[in-house]
Amino acid sequence: MSTVTSSNGFAAGLAEREVRYQICADCGHVQTLARLACRSCGASRLEWRRAAGTGAVFAVTVVSRAPSDEFRALAPYTLVLVDLDEGCRIMGHAEPGVQIGQRVVADFFDHGGRTLLRFRSP
Amino acid sequence: MRRAHIVGAGNTAFGRLEGRTPLDLMAEAAQRALDDAALDRTAIDGVLCGYATTLPHLMLATLFCERFALEPAYAHAMQLGGATGAAMVMLARELVRVGRCRNVLVVAGENRLTGQARDSAIQTLAQVGDADFEVPNGASVPAYYALLASRYLHETGLTETDLAELAVLMRARAAEHPDAHQRTPITVADVLASKSIASPLKLLDCCPISDGAMALVISADPGRRLAAAIVGAGQAHRHQHLSAMADVLDTGAAIAGRRAFDEAGFDRDRIDYLAIYDSFTITLAILIEELGFAPRGGSARRARAGDFAPDGVLPLNTHGGLLSFGHSGVAGGMGHVVEAFRQLTGRAGARQIPRRTCAFVHGDGGVLSSHVSLVLQRED
Ligand SMILES: [Zn+2]
Repeated sequence: MSTVTSSNGFAAGLAEREVRYQICADCGHVQTLARLACRSCGASRLEWRRAAGTGAVFAVTVVSRAPSDEFRALAPYTLVLVDLDEGCRIMGHAEPGVQIGQRVVADFFDHGGRTLLRFRSP
Repeated sequence: MRRAHIVGAGNTAFGRLEGRTPLDLMAEAAQRALDDAALDRTAIDGVLCGYATTLPHLMLATLFCERFALEPAYAHAMQLGGATGAAMVMLARELVRVGRCRNVLVVAGENRLTGQARDSAIQTLAQVGDADFEVPNGASVPAYYALLASRYLHETGLTETDLAELAVLMRARAAEHPDAHQRTPITVADVLASKSIASPLKLLDCCPISDGAMALVISADPGRRLAAAIVGAGQAHRHQHLSAMADVLDTGAAIAGRRAFDEAGFDRDRIDYLAIYDSFTITLAILIEELGFAPRGGSARRARAGDFAPDGVLPLNTHGGLLSFGHSGVAGGMGHVVEAFRQLTGRAGARQIPRRTCAFVHGDGGVLSSHVSLVLQRED
């Protein structure tokens, strides 16, 4: 039984420039975040899958007041919640000017030793 | 089960209080609450205290009891973000109802403003976000609420001007409270012109970070002075992270409220005072509307109509809320309960509004993640 025990699936995916999400081996429910049980049926057999990276903007903000020096250099920057086509929601950066409802595709950039998501128009 | 009564409240001033520590702030508020309740410290057999970000101690309740000379039969700290204050009041009520305690001191305070660097405070708070999926993006609590606001405005038609109206309302109330952090009156234009933090939220849509403390005493005995009974309570916890909030119109607030009303045995129409958590203007708008005290997108319309004013049908946060009285962590959220208790029991001094009988209190922690509702009733 392949019980998920950490969020490494997502972090490992980013390092390989992939967006990954969890799918329940029992009921097929899809979800983001590194959960230990399926939100729909409670089963613990969760697998990491690669998402296409396409979706629609659910929410958007332009951050002017960054929380740290590391991000102050980027400010103002755009953050979004995107509903991926696979049926789950994820947070990332985005190109300036994106609007709620707009179709976007995931891209990647390196910042502060990490790979982060950056959504853009397809 | 026994009935639980709020019998005393105390607070320090909120704002920049140089040189103060979490423990001495808590002690000042606690002593005022004991004095208000006319109880000796030896009567306290239960202590609940809120966490302090500037004093992340393993046993904060025990530590406080040692310093404040209390030897309770039951004590611990609690951590539920901004909902902690209301949750402690709920638990104190349960301890009294089952007979575990007779007099519970609920206390919280910290030097959140002067006890740490501003970046440090903001980064500590940002950890309510997910460590892998959210925080690494350079997200902060205002950014989470800004994302939430963008969607809520999109779905309901609420506007940035509407949000500004709620900031103006809270400032007007704080102007009448000598202990409030921010008392200079502001206008809608001031809010709209204040610098952007994370769109659509501007500086004056966000509560300040304050030093300060609050305390309450919850007892089995209503005492000799007018008290307020806690007649209903309810919680809901549906997600921790914004990424996991399925629907911005269904955060869990209404579920907690329903549970509290079910326990009280009556409904919203009996409520004549509101004490609603307001970390950001959008927090206040969403909670008022989800809890059913205004239609979707209609909270500011009610504010403009005067409904939430001290002389309106449903006075709201007459101390100025987190937005202007101030936010020193758990104590900030307790402030709503303290003010509701004072208004119900005629303790509000120059701010006293005409007789009120039933208050609804709602606290939330995280990003509308944990919800606690309380129904308080004046006891005559
Ligand atoms: Zn499942």
